[in-house]
Amino acid sequence: MKWPLVFDPLFHVPFLNGLLLAATVPLLGAYVRLRDEWLASLGIAQATAAGGVVGMLLGLHPIGGALGAATLAAGVKGFYRRSGNDVFVLFLLFGWAAALLGAANSAQGEEVSHALLDGQLYFTGPFHLLAAALLAAVVALLLPRLSRRLLIERFFPDYFAAMGAKAWRLNLAFDLLVAFAVGVTAQSAGVMAAFALVFLPPWATFAGASGWRRALLRTEGLAVAAYVVAFAAAILLNQPFGPVLVASLLLFSLPRAFSSRAD
Amino acid sequence: MSEPYLVFREVVAGYSAPVVGPVSFAVGPGEVVALCGPNGSGKSTLLGALTGASRVFSGRIDRRDGVTVSLQRQLPARPEGIPLSGRELLRLTGADRENPPEPLAPLLPLRIDRLSGGQFQFLEVWACLGSGADLVILDEPTNNMAPGTIRTLESLLKARTPERAVLLISHERAFVEAVSDRVVELAP
Repeated sequence: MKWPLVFDPLFHVPFLNGLLLAATVPLLGAYVRLRDEWLASLGIAQATAAGGVVGMLLGLHPIGGALGAATLAAGVKGFYRRSGNDVFVLFLLFGWAAALLGAANSAQGEEVSHALLDGQLYFTGPFHLLAAALLAAVVALLLPRLSRRLLIERFFPDYFAAMGAKAWRLNLAFDLLVAFAVGVTAQSAGVMAAFALVFLPPWATFAGASGWRRALLRTEGLAVAAYVVAFAAAILLNQPFGPVLVASLLLFSLPRAFSSRAD
Repeated sequence: MSEPYLVFREVVAGYSAPVVGPVSFAVGPGEVVALCGPNGSGKSTLLGALTGASRVFSGRIDRRDGVTVSLQRQLPARPEGIPLSGRELLRLTGADRENPPEPLAPLLPLRIDRLSGGQFQFLEVWACLGSGADLVILDEPTNNMAPGTIRTLESLLKARTPERAVLLISHERAFVEAVSDRVVELAP
């Protein structure tokens, strides 16, 4: 075991970057689950991955491409307000095809594509950290304001219409927030790890929580614990970070989800 | 008399074709007005004209500027597996959580997806009725409720507050007559 490696200053920025994402993204995931839109996060993750590859081909930073794709995906999702998951499946398939085709036609694109698959958190730098810190700040600022309205929209679907108000601004703001979060996370931790951070912690904790606040706290705690374990394990076992994070989230989530259901 | 909160003028509403109307009525501060009729008479369709869920073919709906509205659906939304407690649900609408009607107090710490249909119905009704909204719209509020709970709801509706108006939609004639100032009859 190479324990000193875990504490190497080389990994301080990646650790902090991942920690901010692990503390932020699952909170948004709780609201994604509230809205029953969890498939959207997978579709958007794949679309932002394609954005990263295409951005690279255009000479942009992959995060720039990913955020561009995130904005586009959130806009399309908002415009295409239809029940069901078909639009998210289209994102998923389109993003997958565009990412792989982009990668096949560029050496750099292939590198980014691999990073999106493996989730190379250890190679992230100050730019990624800045993006994660900005995301965390925006979520900390906006989510408390959006929370009540998102809950009202779910539990009192006619509330805004009865008041003569439109809910599209609320929906667009939340969709953009999720798309940016997923885009930034996919660039740092990989597509599937981004999706797992959105989906697994709330899925595991909702069943056993006695209320919304408690569910959010448990969601956050589970995600951060799973992240810290995954960060150390991937270094010590010399494994790609993305799959290790997904495995760790599964390990933390499965027992909790099933023991809660047995209550 | 003060200006009504809501006025329906000769409203004909429906979906692809008209279902109900023309219907005219007004609801003002301190009043309880009921839309009453058998199932299929278009009560909920008429209500949908207010929220955009159904289409207005002719007539007009006027709402006083600045009026706050709270609406309890006939089929309230209760997404499975979402951990929201009764207390948290009431907090969303601003309904009184410290002194709720008696049957609700023990339910407030519980998750709403673990309440019975009748318990949840009464919680939803109180979330709207106790919200402080100017106009409270209750669509078939007695659905799934036990007789004792219906009596509690009756006394809540009979206790008029000067600013609050209630638009009640129900097919339970005895209940409607017990709590309403005016009844608007809808024929099938």
